[in-house]
Amino acid sequence: MAINPDYVGREYPASEPYQVTRVKIREFAEAINDPNPVYTDPSAAEAAGYADVVAPPTFPVILGMAGSARAVADPELGVDFSRVVHGDQSFRYSRPLVAGDVLDAVTRITDVKVLAGNEMLTLETVVTGADGEHVVTAGMMLVVRPEQSR
Amino acid sequence: MSPRHADVEVGTEIPERTFPVRRLDLIRYAGASGDFNPIHWNERFARSVGLPDVIAHGMFTMAEAARLLTDWTGDPGCVVDYAVRFSAPVVVPDDDEGAEITVGGTVKKKHDDGTVTVALTARSGGAKVLARSTAVVRLA
Repeated sequence: MAINPDYVGREYPASEPYQVTRVKIREFAEAINDPNPVYTDPSAAEAAGYADVVAPPTFPVILGMAGSARAVADPELGVDFSRVVHGDQSFRYSRPLVAGDVLDAVTRITDVKVLAGNEMLTLETVVTGADGEHVVTAGMMLVVRPEQSR
Repeated sequence: MSPRHADVEVGTEIPERTFPVRRLDLIRYAGASGDFNPIHWNERFARSVGLPDVIAHGMFTMAEAARLLTDWTGDPGCVVDYAVRFSAPVVVPDDDEGAEITVGGTVKKKHDDGTVTVALTARSGGAKVLARSTAVVRLA
């Protein structure tokens, strides 16, 4: 089943705001083996000029992944998740995430194309703060490998 | 000592670093990130879709390459823009050593607004695992 190109522009908003917590930031920092104290120690974060502990730069992928999962779960889009590999990833930041942030996220399909038998699905997740200000935009390209490569 | 914008030049290199990645790291990363794709923890499934073995999350590699930047500048909030392409998988065998990811960076451009563009490289098991990967970071 091919990805439906008519779905370019379709949006998948998060159903509820995402709350950034100290515990989740610590869990993520430990998972990437990064001992930087600004991720775990509020006083170190404060000394570095932040309101609370800071999230590592790739932390917003949690919101991007959740958005892409909503898109991929759309049966009409026609993505076979078992054949998906991550092609590329980008982040454009207005500011880092910090504990206490309450974030909205909208994921949009920005491109669908076929290249050398692979289907490429490009998604963009725009993350905004409670004040409506832009925080980060996460771009993700997923490659859906052809059936015969299994 | 964090580099200052004035002291950095086009061609300045960020010393390479090597980060280990074992099966346990992938399990932990799956839980922390919410990415439970079985190619990252289930050898049987990975082989059934044509992969040589379990592979690391691309985002794990991207996170380790980000450490190179944030440890260099001293500030995780320094990253303005960061983009990578995953060009080969990091294959993680089921043993005590796992795999290693070696990351490096070179300053490619200096900008007037206090930022620099860094070209990033990452290798694992002889393969180039990141391609066309760059970051724009703000320096003091």
